[in-house]
Amino acid sequence: MTPQTEEAVNTFSKELALHAYRQMLRIRMFEEQVNELYTRALMPGLAHLYSGEEAIAVGICEALKKEDYVTSTHRGHGHCLAKGATPNLMFAELLGKEAGYCHGKGGSMHIADPATGNLGANAIVGGSMGIATGAAFSSKYLKNDLVAVCFFGEGALGQGLLYEVLNIAQLWKLPVIYVCENNLYNEYTHYSETTAGDICARATAFGVKAETVDGQDVQAVYSKAKQLIDDARAGGGPAFLLCNTYRYTGHHVGDINRDYYRTKQEEQEWKTRRDPILLHGERLLHEGFTDKATLDALESEVREEMKAAVEFAIAAPYPALEEVEMHVYA
Amino acid sequence: MPDTTDRELTFAQAVREALAEEMRHDSRVCILGEDVAEAGTPFKVLSGLVEEFGTNRVFDTPISEAGFTGIAVGAAMTGIRPVVDIMFGDFLTLTMDQMVNQAAKIHYMSGGKWKVPMVLRTTLGASRRSAAQHSQSLHAWLCHVPGLKVVIPSTPADAKGLLKTAIRDENPVIFFEDKMMHHKLKGPVPTGEYTIPLGVAEVKRIGKDISLIATSSMVQVALGAADMLAEIGISAEVVDPRTLWPLDEKTLIDSAKKTSRAIVIDEGYGRYGVTSELASVISEGAFYDLDGPVLRMGAMHVPIPFSPPLEDLTVPTEKMLFDAAKKLCSKS
Ligand SMILES: Cc1ncc(C[n+]2csc(CCOP(=O)(O)OP(=O)(O)O)c2C)c(N)n1
Repeated sequence: MTPQTEEAVNTFSKELALHAYRQMLRIRMFEEQVNELYTRALMPGLAHLYSGEEAIAVGICEALKKEDYVTSTHRGHGHCLAKGATPNLMFAELLGKEAGYCHGKGGSMHIADPATGNLGANAIVGGSMGIATGAAFSSKYLKNDLVAVCFFGEGALGQGLLYEVLNIAQLWKLPVIYVCENNLYNEYTHYSETTAGDICARATAFGVKAETVDGQDVQAVYSKAKQLIDDARAGGGPAFLLCNTYRYTGHHVGDINRDYYRTKQEEQEWKTRRDPILLHGERLLHEGFTDKATLDALESEVREEMKAAVEFAIAAPYPALEEVEMHVYA
Repeated sequence: MPDTTDRELTFAQAVREALAEEMRHDSRVCILGEDVAEAGTPFKVLSGLVEEFGTNRVFDTPISEAGFTGIAVGAAMTGIRPVVDIMFGDFLTLTMDQMVNQAAKIHYMSGGKWKVPMVLRTTLGASRRSAAQHSQSLHAWLCHVPGLKVVIPSTPADAKGLLKTAIRDENPVIFFEDKMMHHKLKGPVPTGEYTIPLGVAEVKRIGKDISLIATSSMVQVALGAADMLAEIGISAEVVDPRTLWPLDEKTLIDSAKKTSRAIVIDEGYGRYGVTSELASVISEGAFYDLDGPVLRMGAMHVPIPFSPPLEDLTVPTEKMLFDAAKKLCSKS
């Protein structure tokens, strides 16, 4: 065991391991309900599911403080929940209801929550890289020791903004972690067709330290993230973390027929052999942290939590029509 | 405004004074831009600020307009009040996602949860023989986007009072300065502390026969044309909206109702531009009091050329405005 992994095992306590399992389950079950809502035509707009990628959001957010900042993407439900958002208010937002995080004005792709440091999900691919870097800039300016995490998909590696802000973040030693979630596909195109060269080398070219981690292993993500976040908080500057992962479903819930860009077999392999929740559950059992019956009970409990949240959201009223002109200006 | 004095400042000095006062007043105010610190910008508008406030308040950035504008958006959301300097208004194109899709939308999309109190200062205006990529007046683009405020002062005193208000505003504000005015235009600037609210137009010259509604550098053009018109017995009123959004519609409409004729003049492109909007506002608000159509004058619909005689053709002049006003007054 290298000293690093030894430390990781030590910091990933039994309590944290169980909590991380619950958080991943909550994201998975949340999205089960999203899929259901969408299929029943109760949910307007688009929904991009995060299923398969849960270990990244949870591993990283568990290494953050509540006040630390995150920015998210169009595939943002997992980041919001992992950072502490409440399912009731999230479902209400997804249904365009007044009780939602943004009074129903943002929807699935724009959930924002100052109480949990969530600067907002973003429907522009790569659009939040400036915002996250700016939050890190103000942390340094105000000397409040907060760290900002910028989540983005590998498709955003094509956006020039990333390279502008990597350069500035490194020059100014800003406490920001750029987390690239490589789920292999930019919408309907394999990333190898869009991404030249080595991904991490793009960051190291700016002198930004870059690490790669198995995005299906919540403990590994957590321990890498913890090192990078603690280092950034201590003044060590930015970092880049490449998390290799996979999305189980289509680009969005309506993307059903996807044989033209990937095989059923590939999907099946990831789901059965690389599932972050299954893998972590096995670890919990192996370590003797819990037993199968407890895990099953937890699953039912979380599923009930999410069903209740959906009921809350369905029953909630829409915003008053006067809201349409509110919040254009502060 | 408090006690006016004999003190005269250039437009650039007034801008600098506003920034210095606001930076003294609020430690969260900082400046981000290319060559803003020791160089004080290529136009020397910010000279001296870094000496007073240091490089921890005045940040020289890489040449990364999208990057540092995006950083300002995030910084504004999290407790800073950044003032971004975009050297030439033409480079606004590079900041458009950050301003249009991010800064302008965040307050609304978050249901009022996040605010973006930032200012983006940039330039407009031709006439410097700078050719097509350094001469545009693109302010109309930003007026088109709900969530942004757009300020376009025409005098040093207005620039100072409006910039101070813009910095204190809780929203993203774009502040346009005509680069020909920075050092060439001088004017009285009150010594005491003052601010000017956004959304209040000012009548720069009172008249009764025709309203010349002018913005930025075109206010001086309108005042010059008004002098020429006075010589032939036409009394022109010059009104400056000062901010394009929020827009003081009432003052514009009232002036047109009073004089019964109006010409709108702005240095942006005439087609689909600021003049079109202002002319519509006046037509809708004062139609039954008007003695003729509201005319509009803007830049020619061409990329601004380099060659001096060609460039001079593209921007409205006192003579062009005088001729148009004379014709409008004689017809009706
Ligand atoms: C600037 C921009 N271009 C295109 C799109 C359309 N679009 C939405 S998601 C997406 C693919 C994103 O892929 P990736 O960044 O890998 O994220 P993933 O969906 O895999 O999580 C595209 C092209 C967009 N939203 N924004």
